[in-house]
Amino acid sequence: MSRKSNLKIFLNGIIKENPIFVLVLGICPTLATTSSAINGMSMGLATTFVLLGSNVVVSLLKNLIPDKVRIPAFVVVIATFVTVVEMVMEAYVPALFESLGIFIPLIVVNCIVLGRAEAFASKNNLGKSALDGLGMGLGFTFALTLLGIIREFLGTGKAFGITLFNEEYGMLLFVLAPGAFIALGYLIAVMNKLQRK
Amino acid sequence: MTFILIFISAVFVNNIVLSQFLGICPFLGVSKKIETALGMSGAVAFVMTIATIITYIVQKAILEPFDITFLQTITFILIIAALVQMVEIVIKKISPALYQALGVFLPLITTNCAILGVAILVTQKDMNLLESVIYAISTAIGFGLALILFAGIREQLSMTKLPKGMEGTAIALVTAGLLAMAFMGFTGIVK
Repeated sequence: MSRKSNLKIFLNGIIKENPIFVLVLGICPTLATTSSAINGMSMGLATTFVLLGSNVVVSLLKNLIPDKVRIPAFVVVIATFVTVVEMVMEAYVPALFESLGIFIPLIVVNCIVLGRAEAFASKNNLGKSALDGLGMGLGFTFALTLLGIIREFLGTGKAFGITLFNEEYGMLLFVLAPGAFIALGYLIAVMNKLQRK
Repeated sequence: MTFILIFISAVFVNNIVLSQFLGICPFLGVSKKIETALGMSGAVAFVMTIATIITYIVQKAILEPFDITFLQTITFILIIAALVQMVEIVIKKISPALYQALGVFLPLITTNCAILGVAILVTQKDMNLLESVIYAISTAIGFGLALILFAGIREQLSMTKLPKGMEGTAIALVTAGLLAMAFMGFTGIVK
């Protein structure tokens, strides 16, 4: 195992196979929680933790889990980590927990988490799986933060709560539901264009 | 009267896909043809209603009396996963025709966040059993409505020529945005 291929696994999730821009998995939380940059980033980090944890555990248990029941087994592992995140966030950052609401428990059904457990962690060793989970998670966080910044900036003239231009000139649409779809649509189009070069 | 309000609210005003962002994966995934969209909506309606009833009973009869509501996420997802498998086996035995129509969509439903989402929302909104059932059915109708409308638009869209980067997901999302804008017109009908 050379250092170079490890780096490649790590960067794979952030750029080449970015979960949002390229694989288009886990769109529900992406659209719902990016009404502000800080919400998007927190959601991304919570998902990163679950991805890292589930990838590590699944990779450790891959020889113990019978092939036929692997999906339910993976789901239990993922649900355990989600419950941990839920309890920690409710205890330490209740305001954030409140604003992300139902989308914290819904990390369980985020396709990207189960997708990586099935496609990567169940076939690779511990180190690689951890790197893959971290890379994918950070790629997800990057996409959510970027979309959050764009929507918050266009909608209210702020970025991370810092006012950049007067709120009166903001397009409220971008904070609301339709703006989420449109902003992500154009963002994916731009990423497609950049990747093609 | 409350039931009618719940219905209108769940189908139009707070549409599950277009304003609450749940169930977007199948919304983008199976909306290329109206036929598959119909099949998916049927399967979702079926599972969502049964899942909501069962999770509601489990929540009230087991999780709340024993004060273990922190296990909600893990319990609900297991119930839904088991339920989907069971529904698949039962339909296969009872009605092979229905199985033909819904079969392929059933396994996909486990990871449809709308199912788990509705099960959790119902407990958060403190509804009673009858209200929950009405809410689940209305939500499923709302999902079906959005999915079928969107599939119709996408069928037309597949014949137009688009700039290279906009093909596929990008244009689908922008279209969904316009559809969401149309649904925003219902805001204010029900509080």
